[in-house]
Amino acid sequence: MTGLPGAAVAAALLLILGGALAALIAAAPPDLAAIAADSYLHHVLLFTSLQAGLSCLLSVLLAIPVARALARRGSFTGRTLLLRLFGLPMVMPAIVTVFAMVALYGESGWLHWLMANAGLSTGGFLYGLSGILIAHIFFNMPFAARAFLAALEAVPGESWRLASQLGMNGRQIFRLIEWPALKGSLGSVAALVFMLCFASFAITLTLGGGPRWASLEAAIYQALRYDFDLGRAAVLALLQLAISGALLLGLHRFVLPAPVALGLGRPIARPDMAGQGGLALDAIVIALAALYVGLPVVSVIIAGATGSLVGVLTAPATWQAAGIGVAVALSAMLLATFGALLMIAGSGRLSRSGPFQFIASLPLAASPLALGAGLFVLLTRFGGTLEMGLGLVALINGLMGMPYIVRVVAPAFRDSAERHDRLCASLGIAGWNRWRLIDGPLLRRPIGLAMALVAALSLGDLGAIALFGTPNTTTLPLLIYQQLAAYHLDAAAATALLLVALTFGCFVLIERLVGGPAHG
Amino acid sequence: MKRILALILISIIGSTAASRADDLPVLTVYTYSSFVSDWGPGPAVKKAFEAECACKLNFVAVEDGVVLLSRLRLEGASSPADVVLGLDTNLTAEAAATGLFTPHKMDLSALQLPIAWHDADFVPYDFGYFAFVYDTTKLKNPPHSLADLVGGASSDKILIEDPRSSTPGLGLLLWIKQVYGDQAAAVWQKLKPRILTVSKSWDEAYGLFLKGEAPLVLSYTTSPAYHIIEEKKTQYAAAEFPEGQYMQVEVAGITAHARQPELARKFLTFMVSKKFQDAIPETNWMFPVTAVTGGLPSAFPPLPKKTLMIAPEDIAAHRKAWIDEWLAAMSQ
Repeated sequence: MTGLPGAAVAAALLLILGGALAALIAAAPPDLAAIAADSYLHHVLLFTSLQAGLSCLLSVLLAIPVARALARRGSFTGRTLLLRLFGLPMVMPAIVTVFAMVALYGESGWLHWLMANAGLSTGGFLYGLSGILIAHIFFNMPFAARAFLAALEAVPGESWRLASQLGMNGRQIFRLIEWPALKGSLGSVAALVFMLCFASFAITLTLGGGPRWASLEAAIYQALRYDFDLGRAAVLALLQLAISGALLLGLHRFVLPAPVALGLGRPIARPDMAGQGGLALDAIVIALAALYVGLPVVSVIIAGATGSLVGVLTAPATWQAAGIGVAVALSAMLLATFGALLMIAGSGRLSRSGPFQFIASLPLAASPLALGAGLFVLLTRFGGTLEMGLGLVALINGLMGMPYIVRVVAPAFRDSAERHDRLCASLGIAGWNRWRLIDGPLLRRPIGLAMALVAALSLGDLGAIALFGTPNTTTLPLLIYQQLAAYHLDAAAATALLLVALTFGCFVLIERLVGGPAHG
Repeated sequence: MKRILALILISIIGSTAASRADDLPVLTVYTYSSFVSDWGPGPAVKKAFEAECACKLNFVAVEDGVVLLSRLRLEGASSPADVVLGLDTNLTAEAAATGLFTPHKMDLSALQLPIAWHDADFVPYDFGYFAFVYDTTKLKNPPHSLADLVGGASSDKILIEDPRSSTPGLGLLLWIKQVYGDQAAAVWQKLKPRILTVSKSWDEAYGLFLKGEAPLVLSYTTSPAYHIIEEKKTQYAAAEFPEGQYMQVEVAGITAHARQPELARKFLTFMVSKKFQDAIPETNWMFPVTAVTGGLPSAFPPLPKKTLMIAPEDIAAHRKAWIDEWLAAMSQ
């Protein structure tokens, strides 16, 4: 595989992103002076950066001990289930998450009730910065923990043997073995989490308590909807892109190349697992993380099961919506996977800093609303029809999925390249054979995880489909909104449960089919 | 695997395109998502109209009324829409200014609207009033006026919607603007501590209200009727304010480039007939613009004593400044 197909994909991606935003600017030149003088925008940029920075910092800091505890306890009952559970929050639709957070931490939530019964008055704390952080940590900590866990599990057995021989204690192991292993994916994961929190919309508005903490996406919403100021929307989207992009570039310098390790590739016992204190601490960390991630999911299940589940499950509309969602999700997934893998392969051969990886991450920072509107303008200009709407939704979801694949797969690919490049060169193994014999088996697991993520994210997507809504193309998230709009809160709760179950099912299935059964 | 990708994409595009093979003329109506949902008026309207028009009625649904106008403007003259149904009086001036609509030329004098209707382009099909809805079992001392709400105890929280993304949210902004004028920013600052949160959409705000997050929510005067009729629950009530309730009229219009102008006109005539209007009260939970068979459901509230409404032209001219004022007051 040479860099050429990768470069073609990168160019296509830049063309689509740039074309969409350029189409908006061409349709309505923005008033730059007005944007520069807008004091609310200054406020948004400051507060959103603060919010996203804090969300990112807390998510990553909390994920490290969780990943470490999970790495140390490689086999306990329910570990596999817990790791699967960790894949769920990031793909839960925003509205489902909002209601789950409210059921737990809201004014009439479980925690409030528990504290009141224990004679403790908590007062409201959900709406404001705290609510945003609670939800963003719920979204991102499990994802970061899984990424870090993968990095820790990739530590070669020789390191542990050496640690045993030298009699390292926990702190020395962290400093000399675990930290260097984590560092490789730290910048990459942190950048991803920051971008997601920076563009977060429904969470920052509803749980933030109002426009004080609302993100730039809310301003883009206003520009596109009421003001119909396409140029302004495009400039705001570019601003969002520039800030996230700058951060990405900045963090890229910290994505240090992992030390070349010629490991045997089989697990060897760690020396720091025997102590009673360590065991108790790990148990507490794992239990707290499981509760933090599990309880909101449980609240979704309870609300759905006590809602009108039978009515929802027997309605043909439900299954039609589910079918459309799955078809779009699979298309988006394949699109994202092929595009991202070509780019990763290209970047691995051309240079180590990986400009392709940077480009592949950009869609995440692009406002889906602005991107959708821009593509829509392009589509209508080139004589597209309504019937192409679903294809476009798949395309947007595919673009939005590429960053995940790149972030998850690129470190493993780089690692594989470092380990095997010289060997392959000397044996003359290249192209398809190299993929089949060397890279494929090693990259299956991260690729499976990434593909499952993209499919699940697409299943829960609302942004793209709401704009392109065509005849008979209701997806499950849209159905939830329709039910809510018709006061059918119980039906919406049941549909939300179905959506979460379907997402989880797809996630597990794809991860198993692609990544192989040895998970865990 | 590339072949699989291509196959899936082709099958998606193919399956949506296959629905066009029909000889009957097709009337394309753009509307919002909740209108065509299983619980909205859409299914009944489609059935009744197709029974008499010798045509196929094709609904294309987007998120809400505001996106409806954005979508039409994005498509411009090449839009396949014949009729756009679901704009409201906060948008009609801007919609007319786009030049994408054509006068309806209908005689609307028989409509039972509480206000005079002179709009040349748009025909109303239902209307409602924004109101603060509360749970009588939880709120013993509901606000008796807008002033009461603004100055009331900040322990009784309220849930509202963002005017940038929600129609009721914009409605409250205009409501307070009409009642308080230049004092609006000060009123918002006073109201701010009472606001639990500002939601993206009505659905979210009302969902939070039903889950018991706050005792008051910005909704419609007709919301309690839903709970009485569908759930036999009588605990919800809408607070009536002597300053008046802000009114919203939902309208439809024919596009200037409609491919089926005759069918479109037929549809608008059908829209203000009993067959369409009968479906409105108990599916869209709004007031119909004509008398309906059997009269309004008894659970429906009487019309408010005082109606508030800012002229569409004034809204179009000032909305951005008013929203900026709201943002400044609310984000401090």
